Amino acid sequence: MSESARRQLAGRGIPVPGNDIDTDRIIPARFLKTVTNEGLGLHAFEDARKHDPEHPFNQKAYEGASVLVAGLNFGCGSSREHAPESLKQWGIKAIVGGSFAEIFFGNCTMLGIPCMSIDNEDVLWLQRAVGRDPRQSVTVDVEKQEVRFGDRVIKGRMPDGARNQLVSGAWNATGVLLEAGDAIEATAKRLPYVSGF
Amino acid sequence: MASSLLDKVWDAHTVRTLPSGQTQLLIGLHLIHEVTSPQAFQAMRELKLPVRMPGRTFATLDHIIPTTAQQRPFKDEVAEEMTVHLVRNSEQSGVSLFGLDSGKQGIVHVIGPELGLTQPGMTIACGDSHTATHGAVGAIAFGIGTSQVRDVLATQCLAMAKPKLRQVRVDGALSRGVYAKDVILAIIRALGVNGGVGYAYEYAGAVVDRMTMEERLTICNMSIEGGARFGYVNPDRITFDYLRGRQYAPQGAAFDRATTWWKGMASDQDTRYDDVKRLDGSAIPPMVTWGINPGQSVGVGERIPSPESAPEQERATYREGLAHMGFEAGQPIAGAKIDVVFIGSCTNSRLSDLRVAAAVAKGNRVAKSVRAIVVPGSQQVAKAAEAEGLHEIFREAGFEWRNAGCSMCLGMNDDKLRGREMSASTSNRNFIGRQGSPTGRTLLMSPAMAAAAALNGAVTDVREMIQPAGSEVKS
Ligand code: SF4
Repeated sequence: MSESARRQLAGRGIPVPGNDIDTDRIIPARFLKTVTNEGLGLHAFEDARKHDPEHPFNQKAYEGASVLVAGLNFGCGSSREHAPESLKQWGIKAIVGGSFAEIFFGNCTMLGIPCMSIDNEDVLWLQRAVGRDPRQSVTVDVEKQEVRFGDRVIKGRMPDGARNQLVSGAWNATGVLLEAGDAIEATAKRLPYVSGF
Repeated sequence: MASSLLDKVWDAHTVRTLPSGQTQLLIGLHLIHEVTSPQAFQAMRELKLPVRMPGRTFATLDHIIPTTAQQRPFKDEVAEEMTVHLVRNSEQSGVSLFGLDSGKQGIVHVIGPELGLTQPGMTIACGDSHTATHGAVGAIAFGIGTSQVRDVLATQCLAMAKPKLRQVRVDGALSRGVYAKDVILAIIRALGVNGGVGYAYEYAGAVVDRMTMEERLTICNMSIEGGARFGYVNPDRITFDYLRGRQYAPQGAAFDRATTWWKGMASDQDTRYDDVKRLDGSAIPPMVTWGINPGQSVGVGERIPSPESAPEQERATYREGLAHMGFEAGQPIAGAKIDVVFIGSCTNSRLSDLRVAAAVAKGNRVAKSVRAIVVPGSQQVAKAAEAEGLHEIFREAGFEWRNAGCSMCLGMNDDKLRGREMSASTSNRNFIGRQGSPTGRTLLMSPAMAAAAALNGAVTDVREMIQPAGSEVKS
């Protein structure tokens, strides 16, 4: 098994309640003024945290958490990979949510962060449960598509492609894509707009 | 078997099926800008990989550049550094850059179609979520993250899962004072901000068929605001007429051969869609958002809805939206006070947008309490607008006329809301903090409605200001 394989991840949870949390909220654009990814973790949810002292990312109880529990349509909006990167640097290793915006989901996969969808009722249950017991570990089982907390097993969903990439460790796609070799140029040549009309 | 444009483009660009089950998809056109590319080039250096097909990537500067004084070095040191990186990365890898002195610089989604880089039947990727804009010419275009920018630079390919296909039909005819922006806001309101997740949207129907290319660009631009990563319109006569003669479009006899291929890429008559949704274009009014996502909108004559009227799972976001905006449920949106007007962004900064706004502004004055800026989408748009004297109309009315860039769409340069200012904006996102102030507030609307808001200092039904004949303004 490759060391990058993401079969199963476990860690303490942190609930981020609410639906349609966009990537501008996760990391405001002014922190994108950089040519590196350095220090992005410090600014995760910066404005939301300033505005709300009770924001989960401000709470001592969730320090050291690594499984974020989000609502519906998490990560909508801008394609900025700075958003999952900032969460990753903050310590997030997996995200469980009601649903995910597509580009955000793809970006997370590329960073080796599994995003597991569960039913919205289960989201609300898990957010409350984690809130009651932040020390208890949440397990995100990518291979079996389930989320476990205490003795509760919640059925999860993840598209096959991303799941296979994560489980096999091939989530960083560059190497896999390079393996196609000359087939890339051959495909390009068949396109009239590449070879000339 | 009948197939869709999505099927045909996908098949033509499939290199192979990956072990994960995803498609290794060739990317025909790759567009980059200064914000999401530096880390990708850094990764390329770390991997010691060259850019695989430098001729198929084009770069421009749009997100962070100032729209006032543009002498280098920029006053903003980070903006300068990001520019230096893009220039150097482009030069070292042999990628063409449309820089500030090119006469062709502008917002990436404005210049692609304008230069004819964007063509039917292509796959197009860009590290920007509004890449579906290019779908208006009949391309499969989508936004990607920085790791995927790296993948395209290194391999000219992406690992992608093919989306399902939904046809969104807008039939009937738009009424006076209603524009493409209103249509897409109405679509997002009807289908939801995440209704398109997992889908590509094929926009069709009589309203779309009659639209100009610039109007189609506005529609496709906001696909992602409805959750759809891809959105396109089948190429037709309007598409070909738009592309003819553009710098990177095929020329002469090659153009005719290209037209034949392009026509063949359009969805077949009897294509079967995974889903079809219909809207009556005749029923769409000028739209205005009242909340904190682009689905929270109403017709300009409507009242702001109450959370109780929303489906259960949207109520919390409704309440959050009302609280952030300082609105009461039941309040009419018309009359909401405006501090700032922004006419620009990849949604609405093209010549036709500026013409419509200028027609409303002409001979009138921006309200004293309002600061209003017009930011053309590209240097070429600016030049064409100036040739028609639009800049004079705007200036005489009290609008500032700026240089091309993303500007107050995301507030990465000096163009930002201050404090709780309320803006009437032709951009595409009303997210909290989007326009540069964490407490700033954004109302999205069409260029005509934004111009009307500038003159009145409040949300106004632009239909009351334009004469039945079309775009002439009542004095
Ligand atoms: S104008 Fe706005 S939405 Fe468009 S590319 Fe620029 S920042 Fe993104």
